[in-house]
Amino acid sequence: MGAIKIAAPLSDETILSLKTGDEVLISGTIYTARDQAHFRLVKLIEDNKPLPFDLQGQIIYYVGPTPEKPGEVIGSAGPTTSYRMDKYAPTLMKYGLKGMIGKGKRSAEVKDAIKKYKSVYFGAIGGAGALISKTIKSSKVIAYDDLLSEAVRRLTVENFPAIVINDIYGGDLYEEGRKKYENKYNYNNIIAV
Amino acid sequence: MRVIASEEISNTVKNLIINSSVNLPEDTYKSLKQASEKEISESGKTVLNQILLNADIAKTELKPLCQDTGLAVFFVEVGKDVAVGGKNLTDAINDGTRAGYAEGFLRKSTCDPLSRKNIGDNTPAIIHYDINDGDKIKIMYAAKGGGSENMSRLKMLRPSDGKDGVIDFVVETMREAGPNPCPPNIVGVGIGGNFERSAIIAKKALFRKLGAKNDDPELAEMESIIFEKVNNIGTGPMGFGGICTALGIHIIKEPCHIASFPVAVNIECHSHRHAEVII
Repeated sequence: MGAIKIAAPLSDETILSLKTGDEVLISGTIYTARDQAHFRLVKLIEDNKPLPFDLQGQIIYYVGPTPEKPGEVIGSAGPTTSYRMDKYAPTLMKYGLKGMIGKGKRSAEVKDAIKKYKSVYFGAIGGAGALISKTIKSSKVIAYDDLLSEAVRRLTVENFPAIVINDIYGGDLYEEGRKKYENKYNYNNIIAV
Repeated sequence: MRVIASEEISNTVKNLIINSSVNLPEDTYKSLKQASEKEISESGKTVLNQILLNADIAKTELKPLCQDTGLAVFFVEVGKDVAVGGKNLTDAINDGTRAGYAEGFLRKSTCDPLSRKNIGDNTPAIIHYDINDGDKIKIMYAAKGGGSENMSRLKMLRPSDGKDGVIDFVVETMREAGPNPCPPNIVGVGIGGNFERSAIIAKKALFRKLGAKNDDPELAEMESIIFEKVNNIGTGPMGFGGICTALGIHIIKEPCHIASFPVAVNIECHSHRHAEVII
């Protein structure tokens, strides 16, 4: 199965074309934010204050990288678990966010917002931070440097590997994948030595 | 009485931390490799191959396997005939932790639980002590990530729930966890003790070599029953669907109160970074 190359920020056309289970390679500009950065971004929206970057069409990657060594673009940079951002994600989608990259299940509210605001939730491979970091070509902290690894960064990525978990049509790879392989294990497949 | 300088302990701890962050232990690598051969789901196979490739890159480029370089967890066994010179043992381990996370360019993940302000140096380490015979100090270290720790559970069962109650609780915990703890997972199960002890032995169980059989035949049988049930859930690698959801189930049991039946399930991610050393 070949991966689909897509550009970030996301166009409406790309979003319409993506389906749950599609493997993608993302190239372009994306932003990073985790728990505390989400808290601050939503607070700014509530207070009618400007955000540190324009959300329109953007993808936010849930990541807190390791510190880069001298000469490195970025440290190890795999996804963190997404549900911790569930409280804030619908507000960001309402104000233009079109994509999220993380790992793990989303709440019913987030899945509804994905359909309502036409966004996509991508899964990246957790624990593959060294591999993923190779697709990140530039990294710049643009806000909240006091949050250390949790600061907001602007990243340039080339062929960043991900898979569509939740599409705008209501698909959910975690539910579909689990159902497909439920009770498929048997004793012939024991992994023990 | 043998005396070990606290600097030697700090140095040893520092090196354990830095090496573990880039070297996936051999038993874990082998177990993931076997899983990649057994997995029947295409996306599951892809994920496992990427995880193995990630381990190769981490090792050759000395880049952390995962950006979550964890809280530093230690199980320390101290012989009765050994003393630590200079700083006390806890301070020595924390000094080594501070140095390891700084010099290894590892992420500092400890924070104040309420203000969420980062402590800045990944201390304090979480240290569990045991006293032994002999004049050595054994230090077991694990970099424990937050994603899998968050999906861990503890339950005070009723004694009447029996073995089946334990099995059901572990399987339910893994079903609820789904893709979140970065499967395939290693599942540590602590049965007995009391409230806090069950959690500590569940964590300790994670240190057993993957593929090594439990010495207790009754627990070994429970492990294989749970293993089959968990891999029948369908979660698969990273939750994209598949038959490799757990790499191993490791149980430790200890006596408990006649009125209690504590069970703790400590989930560990596939980036199973742990190492031990005897000084």
